Amino acid sequence: MSNLTLSGRERWHRMSRRVRFPWPQGFRPGFGGSLALLFCAVMILAAVAGPALAPFDANESDFAAIMLPPAWLTDGLWEHPLGTDQLGRDVLSRLIVGTQIAMIVAIATSVVAGVIGVTLGLIAGYLGGWADAVISRIVDAFLALPFILMALAFISALGTGVGNILLVLIMTNWAPYARLVRSEVVSIKRRDFVVLAQMAGVSRTRIILRHILPNAANSILVLAVLDVGRAVILESSLSFLGLGIQPPDVSWGLMLADGRAYISIAWWLTVLPGIAIVATVLSFNAVGEKLRVWFDPRGNL
Amino acid sequence: MLLFMLKRLGQTLLTLLVLTFIIFTLARMTGDPTPLVMPSEATDEDRQFFREQYGLDRNLAAQYVIFLNNAAHGDFGVSFRFRTPAFDIVREAVGPTLSLAGSAMLLAILIGVPLGCAAAVRRGGRLDQFTSLFASLGQATPTFWVGLMLIVLLAIDFPIFPSSGYGTLAHYALPTLTLGFYASSSIARLTRANMVETLKSDFVYMERVLGLSGWSIVLKHALRNASLPIVTYLGLQFGLLLGGAVVTERVFAWPGIGQTIVDAILYRDYPVAQAAILTTAILFLTVNLAVDLIVMALDPRMRDA
Repeated sequence: MSNLTLSGRERWHRMSRRVRFPWPQGFRPGFGGSLALLFCAVMILAAVAGPALAPFDANESDFAAIMLPPAWLTDGLWEHPLGTDQLGRDVLSRLIVGTQIAMIVAIATSVVAGVIGVTLGLIAGYLGGWADAVISRIVDAFLALPFILMALAFISALGTGVGNILLVLIMTNWAPYARLVRSEVVSIKRRDFVVLAQMAGVSRTRIILRHILPNAANSILVLAVLDVGRAVILESSLSFLGLGIQPPDVSWGLMLADGRAYISIAWWLTVLPGIAIVATVLSFNAVGEKLRVWFDPRGNL
Repeated sequence: MLLFMLKRLGQTLLTLLVLTFIIFTLARMTGDPTPLVMPSEATDEDRQFFREQYGLDRNLAAQYVIFLNNAAHGDFGVSFRFRTPAFDIVREAVGPTLSLAGSAMLLAILIGVPLGCAAAVRRGGRLDQFTSLFASLGQATPTFWVGLMLIVLLAIDFPIFPSSGYGTLAHYALPTLTLGFYASSSIARLTRANMVETLKSDFVYMERVLGLSGWSIVLKHALRNASLPIVTYLGLQFGLLLGGAVVTERVFAWPGIGQTIVDAILYRDYPVAQAAILTTAILFLTVNLAVDLIVMALDPRMRDA
């Protein structure tokens, strides 16, 4: 059959099959998922390269160029593609530097909170008894409050700034990992290969690390990816409230708090950082969902 | 069933105890409040009297017991900022927060449940795709940004509603929409998931065989069966709304408990911050406990558990 007899859609399918991206076996992110992965990669790249990508210093004021609209509008200049704020700072540069802070805080939160939560979850799930009772009650208490409220309780004691916010986010985000890992371990440790390893006299640490942890790894990874999105929202919310990142550090939430006063005359100061947050969180959530489907195709949520 | 209820109650109390301990420890990390509370001309005896009154001169365990005892009587100390009892300030803020969370909850149920049902009935259809997009957007959008965008759209570009403040019914519009958007997306997602499961079950199949009309199956039978997890989830969601209210209140200058917490932290008014956080925690735990008990009363299967 020649290509000419096929409909456009079929032809597209044949072509796309030929150029399929070498994803790992069974991983089908689709168009949306690929886009989300690409966007996450760009965000992480922006976080690594950071200020080097920004055309201007994020805190450099230019009082000759205050509140310039984005370049495609009248009065906009291509020198400042996304306009400037009330102090004449370049919005694009601030967004890029804000990406760096958001990503560093969110990924560090996800990793460190993950390590703490997973460790406690392994202990609680494997040992059971008293250790389990104590850890589980603490986890319950930490999950008994909405994250933002718990974060505020910690901030009232610790104070604000990048370091403290990181600490606060870690303290508020470890509990879901512990709960997840505990329930996974409880079901894994009854399975034959673990019981056999115990009978063969394999040490406790080795059983936990070599036999149990690898079997819980998939769900932990999914949770960690979803956690990045949640941490981005939490950090920007706290910064917006004035209780998170403090100037001269740059944060999307802080940009929104600043732009709020000029909301009726300079929409780009409130719209653009918001789009950055939504796009980032949406991408990380989408990647998390795709990973979940890949690891557990029959899962129904 | 009584045993189960008691167990659930005990669990809630234990959680509350651990929570108060966390909040107490955090409060002590801020150091001795005496210099903040007492005016600079106070004598050393006055300071000593204050320390004794709040047990600040004793060891941590004794201080915790005093803190618990005072908290149980609604005594969180005096606001550093307003010089009035901290709990009075919090009590005034509870009403506005609950009415905002309540109206947002109502809106979220009115949007989320029908949307979730409709999406589950025509799985993979346009409306289902819209629902999943709506759910993902709702999860990914920070509440305060939704609020800001609603202000731009409905208070500045089309000046229909007031952009901030509290008092008249019109003031409810934007905060309710903001919080409701956040809650309705996750309610829609959960309703859809539960309805999809229920619609697959045997009794729905039987009813179809018997020739009941599609909508009567969906609304009278399936939704009723799917409603229990949804009700449980609504309780959880109400707690999340209390959290979301913290930020929403800030955007719309709503005189609620969230605004109180944020102001208290900004002004280092620790007694008010603690009182407000603990009050919200108790509200949240009470709602969840009540929801669990209601579900238990509704579902006979739970009683044997």
